[in-house]
Amino acid sequence: MPEFYELQINGSAHDVHDAWLGESLLYVLRERLGFTGTKSACEEGECGSCSVLVDDVLVCACLALAGSATGKTVTTVEGLAATGTPSDVQQAFVTAGAVQCGFCTPGLIVAAHALLTESPEATGQEIREALSGNVCRCTGYGRILEAVAAAARARLAAGAGSIDDRGET
Amino acid sequence: MIVTDTRTGRRPGTLGDSAVRPDGVAKVQGTFSFSSDEQIDGCVFGATLRSPHPSARIVSIDVSGAWKVSGVEAVLTAEDVPGNATYGLVVADQPVFAADVVRYVGEPVAVVAADHPETCQRALAAIRVDYEVLEPLLDPEVAIRGEHPDIHPDGNILRHQRIVHGDPDATGDVMVEGTYELGMQDQAFLGLEAALAIPEPGGGGIELHIATQWLHEDRRQIAACLGLPEPKVRLVLGGVGGAFGAREDISLQVHTCLLALRIGRPVRIQYSRRESFVGHVHRHPARIWMRHHATTTGQIVKIEARFVFDGGAYASTSSPVLLNGITHTQGPYRCPNAVVDGWAVRTNNLPCGAMRGFGVVQACFAHESQMDRLAEACGLGAVEIRLRNAMRTGDTLITGQVVESVAPVARCITEADALPLPEEPVGGRDGDPMRLPGGAGRTSDAEHVHRGIGWGVSIKNLMYSEGFDDFATARCRLSGGVVTLKFATAEVGQGFVVIAGQIARSVLGVDEVRLDTVDTDIGSSGSTSASRQTWMSGGAVDAACRKVRERLFDHVAAQHGLDPLRLAIDGTDVIDTMGTLRLAVEDAVMGREFDETVEFRHRPTEDLDENGQGNCHTAFAFAAHRAVVDVDAELGLVKVIQIATAQDVGRALNPLSVLGQIEGGIAQGLGLAVMEEIVRNAGYVRNASFTDYLLPTSLDMPEVVVSLVEEPDPQAPLGAKGVGEPPCISSTPAIVAAIRDALRHAGIERRLDRVPVRPSDIAL
Repeated sequence: MPEFYELQINGSAHDVHDAWLGESLLYVLRERLGFTGTKSACEEGECGSCSVLVDDVLVCACLALAGSATGKTVTTVEGLAATGTPSDVQQAFVTAGAVQCGFCTPGLIVAAHALLTESPEATGQEIREALSGNVCRCTGYGRILEAVAAAARARLAAGAGSIDDRGET
Repeated sequence: MIVTDTRTGRRPGTLGDSAVRPDGVAKVQGTFSFSSDEQIDGCVFGATLRSPHPSARIVSIDVSGAWKVSGVEAVLTAEDVPGNATYGLVVADQPVFAADVVRYVGEPVAVVAADHPETCQRALAAIRVDYEVLEPLLDPEVAIRGEHPDIHPDGNILRHQRIVHGDPDATGDVMVEGTYELGMQDQAFLGLEAALAIPEPGGGGIELHIATQWLHEDRRQIAACLGLPEPKVRLVLGGVGGAFGAREDISLQVHTCLLALRIGRPVRIQYSRRESFVGHVHRHPARIWMRHHATTTGQIVKIEARFVFDGGAYASTSSPVLLNGITHTQGPYRCPNAVVDGWAVRTNNLPCGAMRGFGVVQACFAHESQMDRLAEACGLGAVEIRLRNAMRTGDTLITGQVVESVAPVARCITEADALPLPEEPVGGRDGDPMRLPGGAGRTSDAEHVHRGIGWGVSIKNLMYSEGFDDFATARCRLSGGVVTLKFATAEVGQGFVVIAGQIARSVLGVDEVRLDTVDTDIGSSGSTSASRQTWMSGGAVDAACRKVRERLFDHVAAQHGLDPLRLAIDGTDVIDTMGTLRLAVEDAVMGREFDETVEFRHRPTEDLDENGQGNCHTAFAFAAHRAVVDVDAELGLVKVIQIATAQDVGRALNPLSVLGQIEGGIAQGLGLAVMEEIVRNAGYVRNASFTDYLLPTSLDMPEVVVSLVEEPDPQAPLGAKGVGEPPCISSTPAIVAAIRDALRHAGIERRLDRVPVRPSDIAL
């Protein structure tokens, strides 16, 4: 058993020392590396609160072993934009009133970024389907759907719909 | 989405503006710290051993095995509690740890602290508890009949309250009756219970970072159990990931503190989702019989009712929940005569207490189902029967209390009725299978889908009732051009943090508002529940800001030789309303600091007498919901297509926040109508996970169309009523009524007297 393994998170290498190999990516992100933006709420892949991107694929970090992410790139909510300068999707959530308690929000932000990267012209029903793996208990989704639609519209209007702006640096 | 808001030309960030949340950017960037995110060097993990039985005698507990697990630092049981052995919001009847008996599945028996969550689990597995399993008390009716031995020294009846009003023998020409049931709903906040306890060196005190609804009430109960004076227990609000009533009661607070004090190091506990399902109280399952007497033209003459609420193993807030249920029997309708019998009883089911709607959800499902039956019996439509009986300001409730609140019930109904119906074709007949009930799973066929429309209208009391000394504290400091507000109000997602700033900007004419740490270093703000914080903490912030403004005016008046009564705030300036003086607030303050702390109270309320008469409530809010649903009658599948609502909000201080409360509340009402129930079998929980407990997703939520009914309430400090609860109260019966209507179009008559409505209730 190695004494440490390395994870590439938000563009930087992080060594994970003396970890039990049964630990989920969620646990290692939160408890060992301090990426607490990724939330734990159901521990079985039902609520999407722990959504992260692994090699640009949207996954529930609670269902992935941390060790399985070695050699891949992990993007968490903290990696989408610099602190204090929210991404377009993040700002759209704030402006549209899509945030209440905010616990589901980081997962939804990551999922929405993934959606708009893959389907820049997503509207209405497509947005509902794409976000249906992210449970929100506060908002009833109305403002969230509006925020994502607004972000999509703004990107298209800016002619930036195809640009991947996940901002990994 | 339609919001009626006619105001314009307002300074950004003041009252009436849809100002954005000050915590919004941190929340979308993942940097906002929830209680589960709080980490500190040297911290260890705690975990809880729970009862596997609904009722059993504890013969022995052997914790020696846990101590043999490497990495374990503490193992605590009932004998390690230095202070009160029990706690509770209303009566202290719930043990910190079960000692002699366990009374529900999930009751805490022991806790451990260790270096890793997995170590904790191994330690818990090594504790040996010998149980002698007892016959559980599971049927509330058995408890009422006194046919089961007391399962608690306080007895099996938590509360029995009658209401007798007017002529108990009155009768009507038309009579309809039904028995209605509601399953146990979970608040299902996303942010699991989590706490961090930091002991003072020497163990004489403790600081607890906790996601709660009411810091000071938590502190009262925690300090008593720790055997510490309250000033030695400091509580700091950790970021709260939703609440909905589930954080009113003590869960892990005392355990976390006990462990930290024992080992002299910080301790964190975080519940798992499975644990959370048994770790907090739930909405009371209820069985309600109602009989309405009316004239042939549909005027209500008398209502008879019997309420039975299953309180589970401990009292929690069962008593006020029952009070709320029975005092809302009539709904938002005039009713001259009533005979109501209400019971809240103790069983070996999960403890029940507060959840958004607090007893009124249960009453509303019953009275609204009854109103539809009455309409049918009188040959009237759902809207007409409600308009004919709609309550008005000045009407007398069945408790004898006069409704002094603005009561725009008829307006709510007519405005909701005027909202557009959905354009979406029935059953996705435009060819999109995702629009079918049940989705694109190749089960439902558009040809078998019928559309129905249903109504629900509600009344909900605001703030605390029955003589409770309900108050909120706020401190306002004005220094330079900056206002700093301090209060102990729990922000649980509802948006008080934005409203507080809006109040200060409006009253004091400043733009920059800072919010101080939310902790117990100031007086109580009361609970974030009962739709009360905008009124109560908003009232306190408003009063503190006004007091600071008075002192500012005194200061300016003295400097300029003016009567302070001539001064006013205009935009961001202090002006002389009878002269030419105008100076920026920041300049008016001029190196001074004004600092005022205020306690705000609503008017007193009274207990009910033995006939349920008394001015027990403070104020009321109203809402109307119209639901449109598509139903596959053969498969029992339902898709909610649209909810239209008109809600009495008094005054929308932040229309965007109000809209968020309305849409979010409707989602929870929809959940109770067709999805959500903690399924139990013989006292055991069968679906304690998000895989098996079904929550509405973005695909389940319909279009919501909203009309805000704004008639500022003169009783309310800002004219604004609480808006959090009504959306989840009458949306549920509206959806069920719409399902009944859709089935009628399919030629099927179903009473659907129980929520959540299951496919088998529709199809079989």
